[in-house]
Amino acid sequence: MSVCEKALVGGRRYWAWIGALLAVILVGVLFYLRQLHVGLGITGLSRDVTWGLYIAQFTFLVGVAASAVVVVLPYYLHDYHAFAKITILGELLAMSAVVMSLLFIFVDMGQPERALNVILYPTPTSIMFWDMISLGGYLVLNAVIAGLTLGAERRGVAPPRWLRPIVVLSIPWAVSIHTVTAFLYSGLPGRHLWLTALLAPRFLASAFASGPALLILLAMIVRRLASFDPGREAIQKLSVIVTYTMVVNVFFVLMEVFTVFYSGIPEPMAHFEFLFVGLEGHAPLVPWMWASMALAVISLVLLLTPRYRTDERTLAAACGMVFASVWIDKGLGLIVGGFVPSPLGDVTRYVPTLPEISITLAIWAVGVLLVTLLCKIALAVRGEPAGA
Amino acid sequence: MSLDRRAFLGVAGLSALAVAGTRSLDALTRRGRAEGASEARAATRWAMVVDPGKCRKDDGCTGCIAACDRAHNVPHFSERAHEVKWIWREPFDRAFPDHGGSLPEDAARSQSVPVLCNHCDNPPCVRVCPVQATWKRADGIVMMDYHRCIGCRYCMAACPYGARSFNWLDPRPRIKEPNPEFPTRTKGVVEKCNFCEERLALGRPPACVEACTEGALVFGNLKDPRSEVRRLLRSRHALRRKPELGTGPNVYYLV
Amino acid sequence: MNDRGLILGGLLLFVGLITLPVWYNVAAGTPSRPPELKLPAQGKDPFGTAEYMRASHMSLLVAWRDEVVRGGERTVVGRDGKTYAKSLTRTCMDCHSSRAEFCDRCHGYTSARVSCWDCHADRRLAEGSAR
Repeated sequence: MSVCEKALVGGRRYWAWIGALLAVILVGVLFYLRQLHVGLGITGLSRDVTWGLYIAQFTFLVGVAASAVVVVLPYYLHDYHAFAKITILGELLAMSAVVMSLLFIFVDMGQPERALNVILYPTPTSIMFWDMISLGGYLVLNAVIAGLTLGAERRGVAPPRWLRPIVVLSIPWAVSIHTVTAFLYSGLPGRHLWLTALLAPRFLASAFASGPALLILLAMIVRRLASFDPGREAIQKLSVIVTYTMVVNVFFVLMEVFTVFYSGIPEPMAHFEFLFVGLEGHAPLVPWMWASMALAVISLVLLLTPRYRTDERTLAAACGMVFASVWIDKGLGLIVGGFVPSPLGDVTRYVPTLPEISITLAIWAVGVLLVTLLCKIALAVRGEPAGA
Repeated sequence: MSLDRRAFLGVAGLSALAVAGTRSLDALTRRGRAEGASEARAATRWAMVVDPGKCRKDDGCTGCIAACDRAHNVPHFSERAHEVKWIWREPFDRAFPDHGGSLPEDAARSQSVPVLCNHCDNPPCVRVCPVQATWKRADGIVMMDYHRCIGCRYCMAACPYGARSFNWLDPRPRIKEPNPEFPTRTKGVVEKCNFCEERLALGRPPACVEACTEGALVFGNLKDPRSEVRRLLRSRHALRRKPELGTGPNVYYLV
Repeated sequence: MNDRGLILGGLLLFVGLITLPVWYNVAAGTPSRPPELKLPAQGKDPFGTAEYMRASHMSLLVAWRDEVVRGGERTVVGRDGKTYAKSLTRTCMDCHSSRAEFCDRCHGYTSARVSCWDCHADRRLAEGSAR
């Protein structure tokens, strides 16, 4: 039996779950066909806010993909054995996140049939070119590492020796994907919210908080649904990592706030005002941004208190809050906030439309489906006796 | 020969990658050679000088805008979100946020100026385009190739002047008087002012310059010391939009 | 192998299904005819023989397109020694004057959709409707 066929074995609940995901995907596909026919005008995007939900999800998900490094590095480089079981989950999550981010780029394109122009006319001056290389490479690296590790396990032998340099390469590569993604924004003159050298470090800190938080939740779900326990020690160690990266993330945000407001330079200040108090009577993101701040603070209180961190129920809640907080900050505020006010001072309303939201949900469903199938395969391999 | 399914897929995948890779390498080593820049162009740097004092903005004159829209099939969308603009009018303090005085009755505030693509010396839009659908010609014109644009809108994020527009919808139904001599655009590509390169090739001035009866728009070669633009810039002080960003705009506004 | 029957049967069914349009036309007695093009009365292939143009007109147009837009080289000397503008809507369509009776006939027959007309105007059509 081929490895992939293991995804086709499951109970009624498994198939109901797969069916529900496929239904969400189908709705999104139908809306995408409409977008293809009518144009991106069916989204809430405009001449001033040219990137929105799609590109924001892309940015957020590249972070989730990069965060696999927080389990890969201790496990492979420092032989930290508590991460032996959770590492494979991290790699599968990273692969799914890369696929999702590539899909988000694709649905944002005005001329998707010309997508291969990026390869036919490679342009090293464009950060988008490097982003494509780093994301594609990262997907291949993770697929090779996870595939060979699982394959070796299935046959009950050690993975090939030449896999180790590839694993080591994947560590700086993970950092590079999110750094390059930050460079997409931080190198643009005249976009003052993004024009800061702190953007890449901030991206990495928020990614290394939200990604492992998601991984903890995934581990808890997998433990409940399958006979696979990544281990309490692994989850606890990850929670410490989430704690410190979230502290660093909030610290970085406060650094930005200080520099922007103490210097008092109007352009960068206007973006923060739009996000946190509203500008010219427009305050669509204000409740979101304050919710993100509140979630960050509450989650930090929970995470920094050992009693709550070690209790897995409060830990799960804290991880959910970290994920939500960073998603709002990166998946809504950072991209839309960078376009308002526009270079000419316009404060433009951006509200995602139903088609836009449906397509976004569909891509998330693709990611969840991928995680489900990949976990199913991986755990089936792990579950069966070696050599079977 | 024994070849199982997995090995077959592996070999097929690697072969596809190798083909794509050689194509890319090819293109990389070829770069810069194909964009034939002739000697005549290198001796030219097209620029525009705007004299806001001569512009008849008070009686609502939009001659330059209408001429451009007609010449280039610029569509008219009533909803602001989908607007397409090549040359348009902006209040002075929005076009020049760093030059406004502090008093509300400041003379400059009541003025509006025509704005368009600045055809920068160091254009951020060109730098970020992942497919070279926009590039800088030797004569200074920042060109667009609508055949190649993938519609990623990175150039719109990069332009600090808001000079670029995206075709959110099919523009054709929104073109008032179609001009069959110039192509329209299709949905999903970015467009902007091209300094009327199609007219320059025939030795004619840009449509907006020709349409302005007041002589408020002057067009010429910055590398020619005897040109009208050079004469104006020698004799009068001129501003450029956001020069601190290092983009090097080629549209000047006389004070 | 015990599922040989299933595999072969499935393959046969698949081949049958994808060739269905052919059988349908044979059965209905409507075999396809190659398209009849309306050719210009005068002119003598300034850019290549009919065979060459039939096989490679798209490459020629793409080359012209890149040379005009990206290289600024707007004219070409034909085989007849005359200078022509590298223009689909002018040079080509000056003689092949009807898009519907020339371009569309073959492209419709082979179901090869082109995007030329999304942006470039079929000038005669545009002028006709303007009058």
